[in-house]
Amino acid sequence: MDMKREYYEDIQLLSSPVVIFWFVVLIVSLYLFPLFVDNYYVYVANYIAINIIVATGLNLLVGYTGQISLGHAGFFAIGAYGTIILMAKAGVPFLLALPCAALVAAGFGFLLGLPALRLEGPYLAIATLGFGLTITQIIGRMEIFGGREGLHAPDIIIGSWVLDTDKEFYFLLITLTILLLLFMRNLIKTRVGRAFIAIRDADIAAQTMGVNIVYYKTLAFAVSAFYAGMAGGLYAFVLKFIEPEIFTLMMSIMFLAMVVVGGLGSMMGSIAGAALLCWLDLKLRNILDIPYIGDWLETLSQNWFSITGVSNIQFIVFGSIMVLIMLFEPLGLYGVWIRTKKYWRTWPF
Amino acid sequence: MGAPFFRVDHLSISFGGIKALQDIGFTMNKGEIFSVIGPNGAGKTTLFNCISGLYQPDQGSIRFKETAIENKKPDAIARMGIARTFQNIELFSHMNTMENILLGRHIHMKTGLFRGMVMWGKSSFAGREETRHRERVERIIDFLELQNVRDTFVGGLPYGTQKLIELGRALALEPELLLLDEPCAGMNSEEKQDMIFWIKDIQDDLGVSILLIEHDMKMVMDISTRVLAINFGKQVTLGTPEQVQQNTEVLKAYIGEEKQV
Repeated sequence: MDMKREYYEDIQLLSSPVVIFWFVVLIVSLYLFPLFVDNYYVYVANYIAINIIVATGLNLLVGYTGQISLGHAGFFAIGAYGTIILMAKAGVPFLLALPCAALVAAGFGFLLGLPALRLEGPYLAIATLGFGLTITQIIGRMEIFGGREGLHAPDIIIGSWVLDTDKEFYFLLITLTILLLLFMRNLIKTRVGRAFIAIRDADIAAQTMGVNIVYYKTLAFAVSAFYAGMAGGLYAFVLKFIEPEIFTLMMSIMFLAMVVVGGLGSMMGSIAGAALLCWLDLKLRNILDIPYIGDWLETLSQNWFSITGVSNIQFIVFGSIMVLIMLFEPLGLYGVWIRTKKYWRTWPF
Repeated sequence: MGAPFFRVDHLSISFGGIKALQDIGFTMNKGEIFSVIGPNGAGKTTLFNCISGLYQPDQGSIRFKETAIENKKPDAIARMGIARTFQNIELFSHMNTMENILLGRHIHMKTGLFRGMVMWGKSSFAGREETRHRERVERIIDFLELQNVRDTFVGGLPYGTQKLIELGRALALEPELLLLDEPCAGMNSEEKQDMIFWIKDIQDDLGVSILLIEHDMKMVMDISTRVLAINFGKQVTLGTPEQVQQNTEVLKAYIGEEKQV
């Protein structure tokens, strides 16, 4: 038997022909999918893809580096406003404006990372929360950002290709999402990613092994903010219109919920968490249309929670599902995935 | 003769009213195994924390080769070639053995944010670097006989194995000076025997100088070239193992003195 091994295998993404096959199938089906479904589902896919980008970035910060942020809606807003302003006011093409706006977000991420060097846990949560709230206030008061009236997104034109439908935008978005996910995956598997995890698990040992904590903590904030900024810039073109009220504290909390429900410190978890929560969010808005259950929930809500019966029942169901997931699987969806994999590997024993 | 390899002078540090270290001073030569002994709470680990930059001493100096290191950050000290292990294990519990030791290679690797992100196949910069350093780590894993836990998460491993992985991680840094904080604590005699061989090998084959904290006196006397005894943060004596063994102050510190009733 040939015992010589290639060390690259340890970190290889496409480690076997079977994996390559499924990877190709996944990519191809992601690109073919909009051809077979109607526009609404393309819109849903766009919405989910954008949240996957944010969740992946936030997971780098929360799951891998062990910091916390309740201000990611702020970075998201910077990305959205930055992209539109660069395009509309400065005439920068979309493909340049988007990363530039995300870099601005990364700059703010770096600044927010500085207090993180001294703050931990709940204190850091409050500091980042303050940042998220401040950003929307500033944007809401400034004329250049459209104030409370908001801004309209211009058309995206790449070369001679005008992306004015959800489907066309989907192809651009899915390409960027796949690229950003691959970048993140590589980052986590190599030196910088290991330094992040080391800081989370034992920061003192990491320092004495030569990891510069100041640099890596602020870097984690910057990269995480960059991802949120990219996603924000893309989100502006899904909505076609942005205003400060979109980027609320609730949004920051939902980003965090995606990461936690998906599973901290797992990229698969971020993807699954973002997909599940977005899907639930969109589906539960129509919960009252479901036969029988909808009627029952409406009566329940009218009797106990609100007179209109529509406004809050979706959040109650939503919250209950999150509580149940955390209760039965603290590792989140990633934990479910690990257990299923184990089950089938040892099946039928 | 140039500057001494490692020199501590008049080192003092206090926490509030507690004088944890007072006027500690010694010189270490290259290639030595230099032991620090003393009862619990004597200040041995505090001394290590000062050397590795976790504490800033109030007074005194620590010089490694030519450079004063007492005001440097821990990561800067690590980059100069000083590595350490911890008394209470400080491993990265959600990484496997390979990745833990690989983190010891951190200062020798160059892959940054961008080159890491675009690791595109094994011929990319990051791919080649990862392969090369994993190969080195594999040699450390072979040396410490950790092959069977190579891909296991370290959090659940037995105590002795975790101590070994810490040693491996410190070795991966290729230090010139290695600080070992009770490497044999909690080990049975067989594991201790292995650890002693490894420490000797590290000194002889790799040419690493070792600063050692250990409570097992037999081991200390066997392998040390010189011993420093401290008690209540003060230097009790410094000399060869034989000299220290015969020092009455040391006996007093460990066993206590006979009280005249």
